[in-house]
Amino acid sequence: MKRPLLTAATVACAMTTGAMSLNVYANEEYKLGLVTFLSGAASGPFGIPAKNAADLVIDAINDGTLPAPIEGKGIDGRMITPVYVDEAGGATKQTSEFRNLVERDGVDAVVGYISSGDCLAIPAVAEELKMLTVLFDCGTPRVFEEADYEYVFRTHSTASMDNIAAARYVHENVPNLESVAGINQNYSWGHDSWRDFTETLKVLRGGDIEITTEQFPKLFAGQYGAEISALQVNSADVIHTSFWGGDTDAFVLQAAARGLLADNQVIFTAGETALNSLGEHLPDGAIIGARGPFGPFAPESELNTWFQTEFTERFGTPPTFPAYHMAHALIGLKLAQDKAGVGASTEEVITAFEGLEFDGPGGRVEMSRGKGHQAATEMVYGRLKRVDGEITFTDITRYPADCVNPPEGAETVEWIKAGMPGAECN
Amino acid sequence: MKQLLAILVDGSVYASWLFIISAGLTLIYGVMRILNMSHGSFYALGAYSGAAMVGWYFSTGSVPWFSFVALIAAALVAGISVGLLVERGLLRFMYGRDEVVMILVTYGVLLIMEDAIKLIWGVEPYFAYQPYTLLGRTKFAGLSFANYDFMLIGVSILIGLALWYGLNRTRNGKLLRVVIHDREIASALGINVARIFTITFLIGAGIGSLAGALTAPGLSVVPGMGIEVIVLAFAVVVIGGLGSITGALVGALIVGMSRAAAVHLYPDVELFVIYAVMGLVLAFRPQGLFAVANARKI
Amino acid sequence: MKTRSLALLFVFGLVVIAGGLLLPQWMSYLFTIAMGKGLVVLGLVLLMRAGLVSFGQGLYYCVGAYVAGMLTQFVGVTDILVIMLASVAVSVAIAAIIGLLLCRYREIFFAMFSMAFSMILYGLLVRNQFLGSTDGFNVANPSLLGWTPGAEASSDLVLIVAVFLVIVLGAVAWRYLKSLSGYAGEAVRENEIRLEYLGGSVFRVVYVKYIIAAGLAAIGGTITALVSGHVDPEMAYWTTSGEFVFIALMGGTAHVAAPIVAAVLFEALRTYAFAVSPYTWQMILGFALLAIILFMPSGLWSLVERFQNKKARKTS
Repeated sequence: MKRPLLTAATVACAMTTGAMSLNVYANEEYKLGLVTFLSGAASGPFGIPAKNAADLVIDAINDGTLPAPIEGKGIDGRMITPVYVDEAGGATKQTSEFRNLVERDGVDAVVGYISSGDCLAIPAVAEELKMLTVLFDCGTPRVFEEADYEYVFRTHSTASMDNIAAARYVHENVPNLESVAGINQNYSWGHDSWRDFTETLKVLRGGDIEITTEQFPKLFAGQYGAEISALQVNSADVIHTSFWGGDTDAFVLQAAARGLLADNQVIFTAGETALNSLGEHLPDGAIIGARGPFGPFAPESELNTWFQTEFTERFGTPPTFPAYHMAHALIGLKLAQDKAGVGASTEEVITAFEGLEFDGPGGRVEMSRGKGHQAATEMVYGRLKRVDGEITFTDITRYPADCVNPPEGAETVEWIKAGMPGAECN
Repeated sequence: MKQLLAILVDGSVYASWLFIISAGLTLIYGVMRILNMSHGSFYALGAYSGAAMVGWYFSTGSVPWFSFVALIAAALVAGISVGLLVERGLLRFMYGRDEVVMILVTYGVLLIMEDAIKLIWGVEPYFAYQPYTLLGRTKFAGLSFANYDFMLIGVSILIGLALWYGLNRTRNGKLLRVVIHDREIASALGINVARIFTITFLIGAGIGSLAGALTAPGLSVVPGMGIEVIVLAFAVVVIGGLGSITGALVGALIVGMSRAAAVHLYPDVELFVIYAVMGLVLAFRPQGLFAVANARKI
Repeated sequence: MKTRSLALLFVFGLVVIAGGLLLPQWMSYLFTIAMGKGLVVLGLVLLMRAGLVSFGQGLYYCVGAYVAGMLTQFVGVTDILVIMLASVAVSVAIAAIIGLLLCRYREIFFAMFSMAFSMILYGLLVRNQFLGSTDGFNVANPSLLGWTPGAEASSDLVLIVAVFLVIVLGAVAWRYLKSLSGYAGEAVRENEIRLEYLGGSVFRVVYVKYIIAAGLAAIGGTITALVSGHVDPEMAYWTTSGEFVFIALMGGTAHVAAPIVAAVLFEALRTYAFAVSPYTWQMILGFALLAIILFMPSGLWSLVERFQNKKARKTS
């Protein structure tokens, strides 16, 4: 009875040890683990634009063709070799893939993670394995609020910023605002976004705001007929949605076809990805956000012009916010490495990265939160306005980082509920 | 009042969509005893081929209304040809296996088709919104509805009628019902069961991909969209009784109406409503509402 | 004879543990996850031998993981033994209630209904802000009888406990399958009415197996939670349960070791598919699944049996 067991175990061991041969490590290259969605519903709107941006920026870093002040070929002379991993499959699988990247593929750093669940699970492993990790797109504020990490950085603001700024924007720009309604996806992102938005609005208006309906359709539901009716029945002055990707597209199409977008003021906190594909269905006056100063809201700079032109030329569409997020993560990593100097240890790079301030294609990034590991950036909203068929924006409001991000050490929800003390909006 | 009206209309629209996505599933199970997990992939296939076709069609600048025909034709052609490939190339070697094994076989097909679709069309979203916006909207009682959704109700009624007529009023349909009732006796009577199986699978796959094509105009066609509908279609079919077309219709109506009611009255429970309904129905009718009785072997 | 097999098993366990500790960490991590999943599948195999396929083992897998997570994170209990016991207790209690309803069903209805329950848990967890909704939350490192290993050694601790549990529970399951109650499972699959005539209670047989399977799934979930350091509702999603059925079918139901070996192979296959082709790993899994069903209808274990039969013939 024991023998077959042994045979089988031997087979299993033989299979696994075959892995060893994949272990190739060369010193002249800088192996970079890149984790984004390559399959599933998040791949189209987020994963692939981010991967494209990574290809573009990595090539430029290797060739040394990034506009000044970023200089030098590669990362302290080493050429970056990307190792792509699909982010699909959930946090358990991703922690295992992370270990594979670090221990099997021997990467020098990891840049990745779009899903907030992964961003919460990975840092603990990164600490354990002492692996420099840059989170590039996930939104949850919990990462650096619940724990301090040494090896983990995030080069963009949390999703709380989007919604705090959204509340400020509608408070200032929508006349006679009395009621809001929300349609958000039924998972952390949607719940958190709606909570931050309504809590901020309550603080700004001293509680004088009515919530007519809060809809939480299933993620990737695709059919929003009933929700749209509910939004029509419980009509509100502003409809808030943090939908992203395919869900934004479906909601825009269905809501536009039923006149909801024309009759109601809607704010899309992450609506920028829909502009290129569905811009014609968005009515004038729709409020659009890009999760930061990205895409149409990116401040003018040589770097941004380069990024926009090269990206559009190479991939056929202009870069959206996930692409900017990726570019910022890579540029931040390179600058930290450069600052630490040639042959610096991971710990030295970390010291250089902490509190770093740099300019990416999407403007200034200050690593000023989470003990220097979490970025704060400005946030921008604008109203869509068509001029001769071209999409432009009016009423653009730029909120400085310290206006819409909780200060160092503060916990987001508590900070909002306390009346956002110390917010500097000039 | 306004709310009640909204619930009824939303419920019917959603129910008709549910019926279209689950009719093919229940037909295939009824005849072949295969709970086809890859049904969702056929749905995605239909959506992609339909959307790609519509996109191309509008780039040629031809008459807009003809795009409906292009949409449906592309989906049917794609669905039926891939269906033929799957049935002739794989499933026919598996007939007679355990039902659960067949679930896993079709799960394998699903995994392969998901990536095959990705290899053909990439991960960029596809749009086919022209047919959706073409039909305009109707306003009444302070609510506005997309006419396309009403057309969806019409189409689902047509599909239901066609299936009912085909099964009850035609010779082939009667042969099919013999197979549904008892496969062994049917083949003993000289009915070509293998051919019936092929035809059934093609019809089922065709309806599945038609469902995708009809859904595509209202959303963006993205990877993974097929996976999302499988569970929904399963629930509808299980509530109605596996293998029963009437069951799928009633199941779709129940789920559609209860979901619409939940969205309007208690948005919090929207996520569970379908499972709650399923649990409730199965607690009283373990085989679903309209299940064909199964003889127990002694 | 019996003491010899036990001794052999013991030695084998030590070898596996030593091997597991010597492997590079990413492999021993995968191996530990595979042990956890193997236990879940072992429970599933018990049910499958009685002709029942549960598409909802994710329910107990997730309950076990969440109990472990909540105990370490919110209560401050980190002792791995206490956590295991608590997970199993909670799961068994839930299974005892759900089982009353579920064990009346057979075939596809059992499968679908069990899936519905796990999806309800998924829905509840997604709605729960305190437990982190879809993001889940992190799990603290475990300890054993007052000994707290550091961050690095804690995964070794989980590995040792996992292998120990797999061996002990595997041996118990093997004994169980050879018992009267174990054989009653096959009787249920073959013919329920005859079993009733013989004076057996079909319901009780199925009920007991369902509860055992739930307990095993909870242990599997706990192992996964402790080694990965994170739990999220994805563990209760139907695709997770589907994966367990996949592994069960891959291994076959012939022997209690089959699901464990299959789990190891599955994890290896998946991680390679991931590494070799990040774009089409699903397709690779799909083809592997179809190949197994087509060419090895009774799972990979049939290879071992074929080998065994050949040997038997030679010696006779």
